[in-house]
Amino acid sequence: MTRLRSAALVGNPNSGKSALFNALTGARQKIANYPGVTVERKAGRLVLPTGEPVELFDLPGSYALDAASPDEEVTRKVVLGEFPGEPKPDVLVIVLDAANLEQHLVFAQELIELGRPTVAALNMIDLAERDGLVIDAAALEQSLGIPVIPTVAVRKRGLEALLEVIESAEVHAEQDPKDHRRAHLTLPERRLAARHMANGAIISENAVHRLNARLDKVLLHPWLGPPILFALLFVIFQAVFAWSTPFADALDGAVSGLIDLANASLPAGFARDLLTQGVLSGVGSVVVFLPQILILFAFILVMEQSGYMARAAFIMDRLMAYVGLSGRSFIPLLSSFACAIPGIMATRAIADPKDRLTTILIAPLMTCSARLPVYAVVIGAFIPATSVGPGIGLQGLVLFALYLFGIVGAMVAALVLRRTATKGAASGFIMELPRYQWPPLRDLVIGLWQRAWVFLRRAGTIIFSVTVVLWLLLTFPQAAPGESQVEASFAGKIADGLEVIVRPIGFNHEIALALIPAMAAREVAVSSLATTYAVDASNDDAAAAGLVPQLQARWTLPTALAFLVWFVFAPQCLSTIAVARRETNGWKWPVFMLAYLFGLAYVFAGLTYWLAVAAGL
Amino acid sequence: MTLDMLPPRRRAEIVAVDWSVLAPEEAKRLQAMGIDTGARVAIAHRGIFAGRDPIALSIGRMTVALRRSHARAMTVELR
Repeated sequence: MTRLRSAALVGNPNSGKSALFNALTGARQKIANYPGVTVERKAGRLVLPTGEPVELFDLPGSYALDAASPDEEVTRKVVLGEFPGEPKPDVLVIVLDAANLEQHLVFAQELIELGRPTVAALNMIDLAERDGLVIDAAALEQSLGIPVIPTVAVRKRGLEALLEVIESAEVHAEQDPKDHRRAHLTLPERRLAARHMANGAIISENAVHRLNARLDKVLLHPWLGPPILFALLFVIFQAVFAWSTPFADALDGAVSGLIDLANASLPAGFARDLLTQGVLSGVGSVVVFLPQILILFAFILVMEQSGYMARAAFIMDRLMAYVGLSGRSFIPLLSSFACAIPGIMATRAIADPKDRLTTILIAPLMTCSARLPVYAVVIGAFIPATSVGPGIGLQGLVLFALYLFGIVGAMVAALVLRRTATKGAASGFIMELPRYQWPPLRDLVIGLWQRAWVFLRRAGTIIFSVTVVLWLLLTFPQAAPGESQVEASFAGKIADGLEVIVRPIGFNHEIALALIPAMAAREVAVSSLATTYAVDASNDDAAAAGLVPQLQARWTLPTALAFLVWFVFAPQCLSTIAVARRETNGWKWPVFMLAYLFGLAYVFAGLTYWLAVAAGL
Repeated sequence: MTLDMLPPRRRAEIVAVDWSVLAPEEAKRLQAMGIDTGARVAIAHRGIFAGRDPIALSIGRMTVALRRSHARAMTVELR
């Protein structure tokens, strides 16, 4: 008889919890949200030495059970078994940073006082050794009264021993429940006890973290730090374009191959057209951007896992303070470059409610990866691939300018919002700067895999269905001979209405058409254009030539530029609106967000168009 | 002397904290990190921009970033 037991990893932020979770569960993870809140719920399965499976949870990092943020609130409730619908974990696995014992033992004592089956992982013992610390795990085990296992999650050291104590922890607890009735200490008492225990467990110690201090001396240097950060951001955006090209071309070739194969092997008719013109050209045109999205996420993950992200927040804090935010907003905003949804969810780490609301409202102005397909196609079609300096391509520069435009727009928006809609006290900034470490390859791969999966699932569901619906709207009713299919279709009629509004800012009929399905997901704009032009193409050769020549033939440069600027501001993503609604508990702020972003998009796209036309472009 | 006046890399002990000038959540967070009366601290780094804000405080083996406005609420003595 096997009983599914559950265990939870608990500990301070920066204790290497997630790395340990990845090492224990491998790729067998389920990432979802806790019901009602948007705190990420990470569950996985580990197998005990007996072969018994255990459900393992990775709880948000906390400094104490006395919660100061929604994240910590979840940890407290799950640990105490007060979270509705969540199992109370049978075993608590405290994750301690071996090099930061005095701090981490404070929360550990609070957890042990609960009297539950508890074990501890003395994690990142290798980094402690690097810092010149030698720690006696047995002494710590004695003073804490629970099993303490030294582990190095990234090298899978100590995992088997940890599994063994998890397995026996519950048994022990059942045998002598009285043993766990401990006195409850106050915070200063716990702190004092933590210092004694840490001192007792540290056998030898030489000067404080040298490597760390040396790196910080450069990376947090008042004059070197900011240029290094901005140079890194510039390299990221250049890399997103340059490195991805061969992979994107390969994917593009594969999609074209599939279209040719379908055309050659299937009988002509409705089903074949739906497959080639609808599904393959629509979904295919979005999937080719997977390499770019993965490269961007790879940089963000490396920055997070290496400990540099917190330094970036430190450097950015003062600049953010000018617009009424703090360095804490930098991390959600940088994540929003990948996708506004994890970005908005990451705002939970911001304690101040006004600060958090402002960050949520401006997060969609950060150019998310869904806009990358749109930018990439239009830049590829209209901006020549010339070099404007050593290693600096014009296309990359335009892309960088678009990102910068979004950032500046966001800063100005924050400044205005903090003085009007989200007026409140100035925000603070308190944040631990974790020690630097080499980003573990396994955690990087797992992180990238999860991002790729989310993107492909979107491509397989939302983008797939939107593309098919759009194709149907474009195909029916059938045009009379001599009439344009797009003009005759249902979609053409809808776009006629919208076109009246967007014509002044230089948008043509096809763009008006693409804006409708782009509400579901921004990148659909590309597949919509691809589908529209594929349906409209007079012959198969034109359709097979792809989207870029079609755009070059049908759009002017001012229209293309206005289209790019529109996407800097337009909040075209239903998922973002939905997440904003959930995070702000109501429709008031999402509606406000929609209105102000569409307003900005219209005005700035218009200005771009009129100025470009006036300049004779 | 308040913590924001402490010269970089000089070790000091926090002898008093005026919690009333800090937001309750911030006070809670600082205390949870061990930044409280009796803590031994030093300023490791300071920001570049106006007011050299924020500051990076080393406490034990941890480095914590905070604003000068927080540091101003803490009285320190050189050790």
